[in-house]
Amino acid sequence: MIRARSLWLRTGGPVIGVGVAVLAAAGLLLLAGASPLEAFRQMGLGAFGSVNRLADVLVVWGPLVLVTAGLLVTFAAGLWNIGIEGQIVMGAIGVTGVLRLLQDAPLPPWLVLSIALAAGMTAGAAWAVLAGLLKTIGGVNEIFGGLGLNFIASALILWLIFGPWKRPGIGSMSGTEPFPESLGLPTLAGTRLSLWSLALGLAAVGAIALLLSRSALGLRLRAVGLNARAAFLLGVPTWRNLLVAFGLCGALAGLAGFVQVTAVYHRLIPSISSGYGFLGLLVALIIRYRAVWVVPVAAFFAAITIGGIQLPIALQLDSSLSGVLQGLLVLGVLFSDGLRHRAAARS
Amino acid sequence: MDIILKEIRKTFGRVTASDRVTLAVPGGTIQGLLGENGAGKSTLMKILSGYLRPDGGEILLGGKPVVFRHPADAVRAGVGMLHQDPLDFPSLTVLENFMSGRPGHFFPSRAAARRRLRELAATFGFAFDPRAYLDTLTVGERQQLEVLRLLSLDVRVLILDEPTTGISAAQKAQLFETLRRLSAEGRTILFVSHKLDEVESLCHRVAVLRAGALAGALTPPYTTAELVTLMFGRPVVPPQRQPQAPGRPVLELRGVSAVDDRLRLAPLDLDIRAGEVVGLAGLTGSGQRLLLRACAGLVRTTAGTVRIGGRDLTGHAFPSFRGHGVVFVPTARLEEGLIGDMDLAEHLQLVHPPRGLFIDWPRARATADERIREFAIRGRPDTRMRELSGGNQQRALLSLLAPPLALILIEEPTRGLDVESAVAVWIRLRAHCQAGAAILFLSSDLDEIRAHSDRIVVCFCGRSSPPLDPATMDIETLGRLIGGKGWDREAAG
Repeated sequence: MIRARSLWLRTGGPVIGVGVAVLAAAGLLLLAGASPLEAFRQMGLGAFGSVNRLADVLVVWGPLVLVTAGLLVTFAAGLWNIGIEGQIVMGAIGVTGVLRLLQDAPLPPWLVLSIALAAGMTAGAAWAVLAGLLKTIGGVNEIFGGLGLNFIASALILWLIFGPWKRPGIGSMSGTEPFPESLGLPTLAGTRLSLWSLALGLAAVGAIALLLSRSALGLRLRAVGLNARAAFLLGVPTWRNLLVAFGLCGALAGLAGFVQVTAVYHRLIPSISSGYGFLGLLVALIIRYRAVWVVPVAAFFAAITIGGIQLPIALQLDSSLSGVLQGLLVLGVLFSDGLRHRAAARS
Repeated sequence: MDIILKEIRKTFGRVTASDRVTLAVPGGTIQGLLGENGAGKSTLMKILSGYLRPDGGEILLGGKPVVFRHPADAVRAGVGMLHQDPLDFPSLTVLENFMSGRPGHFFPSRAAARRRLRELAATFGFAFDPRAYLDTLTVGERQQLEVLRLLSLDVRVLILDEPTTGISAAQKAQLFETLRRLSAEGRTILFVSHKLDEVESLCHRVAVLRAGALAGALTPPYTTAELVTLMFGRPVVPPQRQPQAPGRPVLELRGVSAVDDRLRLAPLDLDIRAGEVVGLAGLTGSGQRLLLRACAGLVRTTAGTVRIGGRDLTGHAFPSFRGHGVVFVPTARLEEGLIGDMDLAEHLQLVHPPRGLFIDWPRARATADERIREFAIRGRPDTRMRELSGGNQQRALLSLLAPPLALILIEEPTRGLDVESAVAVWIRLRAHCQAGAAILFLSSDLDEIRAHSDRIVVCFCGRSSPPLDPATMDIETLGRLIGGKGWDREAAG
């Protein structure tokens, strides 16, 4: 009896959460005067209806997985890295800077791309470590520090696109002058999907899973996240590990920025992060420490994002409904998690 | 108002905090409540003031039985409590604090409250700026404000839990004057303290609690010796130290002082040599906790020098002390000592990191298994710490200490442990001494201090006695010193 109950407590929660989220979304669709079943069907078609659609989902999935893998590290260390958006942006700026500098240099493209990759990861990591320094030295909570740094990063990217890096003639929201094709990651014919992006995403998840479960560093990060005071008294240098967590996460965010610039847009655009930082936070919230779950849950969220684009075309609904659905999913799962904890505490 | 507590019972887990305590307090008296730390004074008073609900027993106020579900119930019935740590709002103003907890209007009148505060303050000779923020006030002033707030709510019974900790001598005199006056007006005062002279000079009657039970009740005339005997009982465990050949100096303190929010440590000299065990006696908040933390770099010292193994570490932080073989074992095991959601295997890898980047988990679990057998821990390598009992948590903590260590600083080594676990803990600690470590520990258990210390340092109000020889100290003299008596004669600290 007790066994059955605890099994129910463990697996039932998320199922109820997803169920509640779907019901709430259905109610909202009814209010908007649309058939929920038809809307969900259209979203499914929008995400998986053709090879191109599937490729679009994977275009989202690559950077989303990179970002989420990074966030697993900061979550493990007990940090809310809200500054992740800014870290993607700074990574993309670093990449663009290097590419602009070296695009006319007599260097092989692979070398230029490698330097750009390193620059992107470094820039993202530096922006994240800045949030960490604000926290460890200045006592600025990383949530507020991250928010501030996000604003600065988006101001900086706008200034660059409309200022020093503007297209010859006139700066516009469409971004900087596109880079030559040789300075982009190879994509599958007719799509914006690069296998490199998928490979980098998978490699990042693998590496982070290994780091958190098997390495001494991962153990220290988790210790700091679970009880920083006890970890400190047991001899774990707390602030150094916090900075390492920020740095790793920022580097992966910068890598996502690299993918966005070199595989998806081939230039710097104002919305280069595509909101994947915040989307990644949602994914990380749902999966907690279970790194392997990044792969399917990120795919699900990517599918909702792409599938939502179909809504205005087929049903004259606003595509922001996909964002609503994602938000409801997170709230549903977290809420059922909370209920589960309360039930467990009572029994 | 007469108070009668009848057969009050309260347990927390396996700890009995209140063991069928029966106490009658006639209206208009100042009743002292004396006892060691953990004797159950605060628990009993929290029950009387509605903060805790008893497991059994009855409270009669003015002859009528009452049941308090909430502190507000108690205040309505005329019982108010001044807590050891002021339960006020530091970021609000004096007036706002004064107005808090008042039943009635959604928009209370600030003007009326200001008038009332001014009247009450004038009556008792206190001075407040109603607009001042509370965090700019001293602990003593905050206490005065809380007393006035409770009086404005018309309490007939006032409970004060260790009210003289952290206030100045002048404020203490003023507080006592106020209390005498309130009692003369017919209010009943319950005064909780561990300081013998305060209880002797202020209270009309004294009740002594020991291990949750009422050990005795006295009315003057009585002697200090009687109080001490009631408080500490007779020693149960005879001292069982083996004299240790003094080794090289491990810890040298010269004129060391430190400050926390309520206490200033008087400058102190202390030498501890390898193999030695020094016990810090004193009641909570007397300075022993601060001293222990200052020896680990966990609290910054404000004066003097700290040397570890001959090396000057004054002003260094804890990681530097740890690097020189100083470990700190805190009393709050799950809050500060261990990571509740990690298991022993993980803790061992954390404290003794593997050579390479990666952890060999099968081997780590095997190591943990060895420690579990060696330290008789009831658990498995993958049992999370919060699932272990207190005794097993303490054993786990000890299993993390690996020689060579220079100095073990440990708070309450056996608090909450049964006799068997306590013995096991001290066998382990002794083994570290044999291996050349020194131990400085604090304990609120006098028997433990007497049984295991080579020398004893008594702390009282931030002052520390010179090291005393436990062989020449009887429990009564120690008890007097802990209660702040005979300091100029016995221990010219």
